[in-house]
Amino acid sequence: MSVKADSKRKRGPGRPPKTVSAGINDMPPTDDLVSMYRDMLLIRRFEEKAGQLYGMGQIGGFCHLYIGQEAVVVGLQSASKPGDTVVTSYRDHGHMLACGMDADGVMAELTGRAGGYSRGKGGSMHMFSREKKFFGGHGIVGAQVPIGVGLAFSHKYKDEPNVCMTFLGDGAVNQGQVYESFNMAALWRLPVVFVIENNQYGMGTKVTRAAAGRALADRGMAYGIPGRQVDGMNVLAVRTAALEALAHCRDGNGPFILEMKTYRYRGHSMSDPAKYRTREEVDAMRKQHDPIDQLRELLKDQDIDDVRLKEIDADVKAVVTKATEFAQTSPEPDPAELYTDVLVPLTDETLMAKV
Amino acid sequence: MAIEIKMPALSPTMEEGTLAKWLVVQGDVVRAGDVIAEIETDKATMEVEAIDDGTLGQILVEAGSEHVKVNTVIAVLLEDGETAADLAALPAVASEAPAPVETTSPAPGPETPPAPVTPIVAAEPSWTGTATSLTVREALRDAMAEEMRRDTAVFVMGEEVAEYQGAYKVTQGLLDEFGAKRVIDTPITEQGFAGLGVGAAFGELRPVIEFMTFNFAMQAIDQIINSAAKTLYMSGGQMGCPIVFRGPNGAASRVAAQHSQCYASWYAHCPGLKVVAPYSAADAKGLLKAAIRDPNPVIFLENEVMYGQSFEVPDQDDWIVPIGKAKIVREGTDVTITAFSIMVGRALAAADALAAQGISAEVIDLRTIRPLDTATIVASVKKTSRLVTCEEGFPFAGIGAEIGMQVFEQAFDWLDAPVARVTGKDVPMPYAANLEKLALPQVEDIVTTALATCHGFRG
Repeated sequence: MSVKADSKRKRGPGRPPKTVSAGINDMPPTDDLVSMYRDMLLIRRFEEKAGQLYGMGQIGGFCHLYIGQEAVVVGLQSASKPGDTVVTSYRDHGHMLACGMDADGVMAELTGRAGGYSRGKGGSMHMFSREKKFFGGHGIVGAQVPIGVGLAFSHKYKDEPNVCMTFLGDGAVNQGQVYESFNMAALWRLPVVFVIENNQYGMGTKVTRAAAGRALADRGMAYGIPGRQVDGMNVLAVRTAALEALAHCRDGNGPFILEMKTYRYRGHSMSDPAKYRTREEVDAMRKQHDPIDQLRELLKDQDIDDVRLKEIDADVKAVVTKATEFAQTSPEPDPAELYTDVLVPLTDETLMAKV
Repeated sequence: MAIEIKMPALSPTMEEGTLAKWLVVQGDVVRAGDVIAEIETDKATMEVEAIDDGTLGQILVEAGSEHVKVNTVIAVLLEDGETAADLAALPAVASEAPAPVETTSPAPGPETPPAPVTPIVAAEPSWTGTATSLTVREALRDAMAEEMRRDTAVFVMGEEVAEYQGAYKVTQGLLDEFGAKRVIDTPITEQGFAGLGVGAAFGELRPVIEFMTFNFAMQAIDQIINSAAKTLYMSGGQMGCPIVFRGPNGAASRVAAQHSQCYASWYAHCPGLKVVAPYSAADAKGLLKAAIRDPNPVIFLENEVMYGQSFEVPDQDDWIVPIGKAKIVREGTDVTITAFSIMVGRALAAADALAAQGISAEVIDLRTIRPLDTATIVASVKKTSRLVTCEEGFPFAGIGAEIGMQVFEQAFDWLDAPVARVTGKDVPMPYAANLEKLALPQVEDIVTTALATCHGFRG
């Protein structure tokens, strides 16, 4: 007997979650819009190049591309403040670029070179930058969520006015530790925004085949965590929702959940033939909801002309070209690196130091 | 400059494939992301997307071609303003895949460099001052309290650690002194609070995470291994995780299989962790203080049965016992006995019994399991020529197996008898009193094994 998803699932109890779409009341200044456009375009071009380098055998292992989801992390980042922290799982290249990490270092990590952020020892799924407040890049689905709550705990413990943005996918929301995290975050009113990037598929399983209940935004209801469903293909809607969520956390009200309705154009990873969805479905999202196309149209309305847009294109292309060259020419790690970074060296001085 | 489109690898293992179908023809305008062809491998059919905007200038590999090597140029894309005439300017297009580009690797050296020898930090402290008799429980509590006074980044978190004063009263009094901000009762949520601790350590705090017992840490082992132990390496040295996971380990009394197991060999298996298992109260205090100050994740294995036992502990706030150093707790000449945690007491009792039979046993308290102080063990074996290892854990792939191998590698020629192991039996812990006693290694087992090692193999 085959088990079909309950067709009545949409009619859950209570009120449906609030939804956020783009509003014109909070239109950011044009310069900010241009900057968001550039950031999204950089992610798109970077990921396309990464896919190409993977095809050429220069990137190994798993490589999960963010193409299609750019508005989510760029919208969040545009609403954040200095000192806010970010943690996510393995579809992480976009998050790193949005945090301001150098494209050269990210691409060189993908090619496994000494110039990579993890000096070639982490790869696509494991990169970090304390300086840019990016705490990974974690490979186990859902494991980044309690870590994000721990970062939020440290913000509160140190009386920092900051929030941890913890990203997870629609696949991760069914992991038990996510609910352990929701519970602790709500119990201790920790400043954490859980950003559920619902791109509709956990690998090859459509979210309706994996997740019971009406909406992922509702998943914190039992803990009293407010949730919003957001048009994650529209960067302004994301930004609007993020501003509300971050302010809620910063004001000491505890966690907030944002369910971003988004879409990945590429397969789960490079070796995914994506037979679980139709080409038409992908094309329709691309043609009608592309986050970059949407913002480009808006910029044109704001009198940003083609010349300026082409300048941005060229600028982004130059960044990606430079990153690619760096990633191809940076040396592989020295063999002696095999045994470094297993443990932090400890000296008598640090052991006996006064704090 | 025209853009070459190459046969892509669709997985790390793909070397060639069939170019099944072109979905565009020469002259078509394509945008990055458009599907232009389909490729078949033995595993799947995949779509090839254009990686740039342009006009398809020339198709070089026809549809239906089999065994097309990865990286073969399959088509050429013309950029804005270029025409087919520009194709002539291209170097002759190779039909075969180009030789892989030489990477700029460092000069060739040995394939695998030798593993570095782990330096042991700090000499064993000697103490000639006054000492006070404390239980292991009190010594652990004092260690945490002193480190919390020293460093405000240190906090204690776990089930029943605050208001209940600790399930085994190890955290007694900490809530009163340090308040609820730093002594935190958690819900029963091991994976959650272990992961939270890791995040807090990344956030530059110094968490001490108590598991009510290490049996429950199995719920959290992904966070301990994948998040705490590996992230430093995966981040190229950026992301240290200074955290202590502590709690009782090993067999308790009459609580059966799920609450009675030694996990020393589980954690000792993993690079990126330090694993400590003290016996005496002085070592418990000194090692826990060292663990809290350590910039790495430390698994601190206590023992419920030992909590109430008293030992002399130096009256000194800075009593630090370095991690990674074993201690010879009884000198001898005929046989070396290694043990850790509660088994040290049984090994010492066995040494007394052996002495009555004319055998002089040297007892080594390992104290740290990883990094193992192999030098002390090897030096002792070179003196006694015989080795018996003791542990409560299961025999298969246990700590004794590792110690035996280290000794084979480093002191084989000095051995007069095979290395022998005294371990827990290879069964889940039974509940019945008589069976439980049989399952656990007793003093008599150590005596019998040591005697067999000495008498059976008189060199």
